[in-house]
Amino acid sequence: MLKQYSFEETAVQTFDDKTSLAMKTENMQVFYGENHAMFDANLAFPKNQITALIGASGSGKSTYLRSLNRMNDGIATVTGKIWYHGVNINEPGVNIYEIRRHIGMVFQRPNPFAKSIRENIVYALRANGLKKKAELEERIEQSLKGAALWDEVKDNLDKSALSLSGGQQQRLCIARSIAMAPDVLLLDEPCSALDPISTVKVEETLLELQKKYTIIIVTHNMQQASRISSQCAFFHLGHIMEYAPTGTMFSNPQIPVTQDYIAGSFG
Amino acid sequence: MNAKRTDLIATIVIDLIVASVVGILFFLLAYILTAGLPHVSWSFLTGATDAFSGAGGIGVQLFNSFYLLVLTMLISVPISLGAGIYLAEYAKDNWRTSLIRSAIEVLSSLPSVVVGLFGFLLFVVKFKIGFSVISGAIALTFFNLPLLTRNIEESLSAVSRSQREAGLSLGLSKWKTELGIILPVALPGIVTGIVLSAGRVFGEAAALIYTAGQSAPVTNFADWNPMDPASPLNPFRPAETLAVHIWKVNTEGLASNAAALSAAASAVLIIAVLLFNLGARLLGTYLYRRVTASK
Ligand SMILES: Nc1ncnc2c1ncn2[C@@H]1O[C@H](COP(=O)(O)OP(=O)(O)OP(=O)(O)O)[C@@H](O)[C@H]1O
Ligand SMILES: [Mg+2]
Repeated sequence: MLKQYSFEETAVQTFDDKTSLAMKTENMQVFYGENHAMFDANLAFPKNQITALIGASGSGKSTYLRSLNRMNDGIATVTGKIWYHGVNINEPGVNIYEIRRHIGMVFQRPNPFAKSIRENIVYALRANGLKKKAELEERIEQSLKGAALWDEVKDNLDKSALSLSGGQQQRLCIARSIAMAPDVLLLDEPCSALDPISTVKVEETLLELQKKYTIIIVTHNMQQASRISSQCAFFHLGHIMEYAPTGTMFSNPQIPVTQDYIAGSFG
Repeated sequence: MNAKRTDLIATIVIDLIVASVVGILFFLLAYILTAGLPHVSWSFLTGATDAFSGAGGIGVQLFNSFYLLVLTMLISVPISLGAGIYLAEYAKDNWRTSLIRSAIEVLSSLPSVVVGLFGFLLFVVKFKIGFSVISGAIALTFFNLPLLTRNIEESLSAVSRSQREAGLSLGLSKWKTELGIILPVALPGIVTGIVLSAGRVFGEAAALIYTAGQSAPVTNFADWNPMDPASPLNPFRPAETLAVHIWKVNTEGLASNAAALSAAASAVLIIAVLLFNLGARLLGTYLYRRVTASK
């Protein structure tokens, strides 16, 4: 029997004007048809930090994340405001392709294209009009280095991406995203299909990347959240219950539902 | 009865069924080839047919079969590619889409002789095109479209959703994702389907008897201007194909060696169809390696 928690009792931090924010959602609601899956989501993401989204399965983490770069278009109805560089990008007139180039995404299961490693990275760049060979080569090297994959693949760039291991594929997907030079990177449980060694590599990669990007990561793994994130938001049944600096959240959770979740005595 | 025994019996039964299917196929092939191949010669493959008795070579028919095939594919591949992409990617799940799907299903179950008669009445008689390559190609397109569309749609849908999400998340448009990412992955399946359908089209007779016609006027293989009536490329000339020729030699052939003639023509037809099948496999594998860069 699942314990009932009040959705009124929440502890969501806000930031003062001095903190520079990469993104912010205001009263965001998500509906899958009749099913109301996300309620009044108000979160702000400080620049150049890693924010972790945690919560039980089905609590709406992916739903929230996918709304941020409009990947829910055509799947769900999203209302409310999503602020990005002073623009509400949850408006019909917004160029979603442009948005997605600025707000990159890495998925739970590695999904490299069935192309060579090189093509995986340059395909979208070329489609966006970047044709100069030297610059493309530069981007390949930079992004693969950024994703800590360069040393492993630099001699085999024309090999099929599908021949890489799962962990390498996931780092290739990260490289593919950062090659677009986004400024926000969304990751949905990027390590859940990976072994511990690959996980450590991806985590190190993310810690390095936060110098240049704002990272929002969904994770099921609380150790992972505490290892890499600065801010942490806890989701429960489509509600954001608590949002605080990660250290505070894990050592001193404010409300019963978070306390129970972190203590592992949930439900 | 324990699980192991059930398993054993099921395995034996299935093996027997498989063996009989393979056995029947080999028997058929061996029979047709041994009956026909001894009569196949270079002059048979390239020679002209005697218009009255049906005796002689099958050169023109062989050419007609290939020409008709190429023309049919030129018409049906682009249409079914468009339809397949539409159904796999753009069609919403509503009554209109299910109507389209039902229509395709009905079209694919129409007997080919009915398609042929329809082509005869509409193109040959009503539009006064006459028995011609083009009438035949359009009739074969009707017969080919539904299967090809289905094949293309299925090949595209079989590509994982996550590939589409990857494309979209990089800011690629839906169309660009479909063309640059999904289509290459689906291409081997699509090409295999196209080549297999080519085999079917190549062997089709019923739909062609009343559309492409049953006569193979002597053509001048030195004249490649499609506008000339005697040119082999003229799409408005009647063009008996190999399959129709076999049917005709058997039903109304007056040649004394009609049996040998049709056996030989059948052997050639079977070999061509087998080559299409083999080609489909090789091409499919080759393309898959090419597009995925796996060696
Ligand atoms: N495509 C969809 N169509 C309909 N409902 C969906 C869809 N995706 C998610 N939902 C519903 O939205 C709710 C939240 O799902 P979501 O996938 O966001 O959870 P999650 O927190 O990411 O879970 P997990 O940790 O298992 O990935 C669930 O009740 C789910 O059934
Ligand atoms: Mg999820």
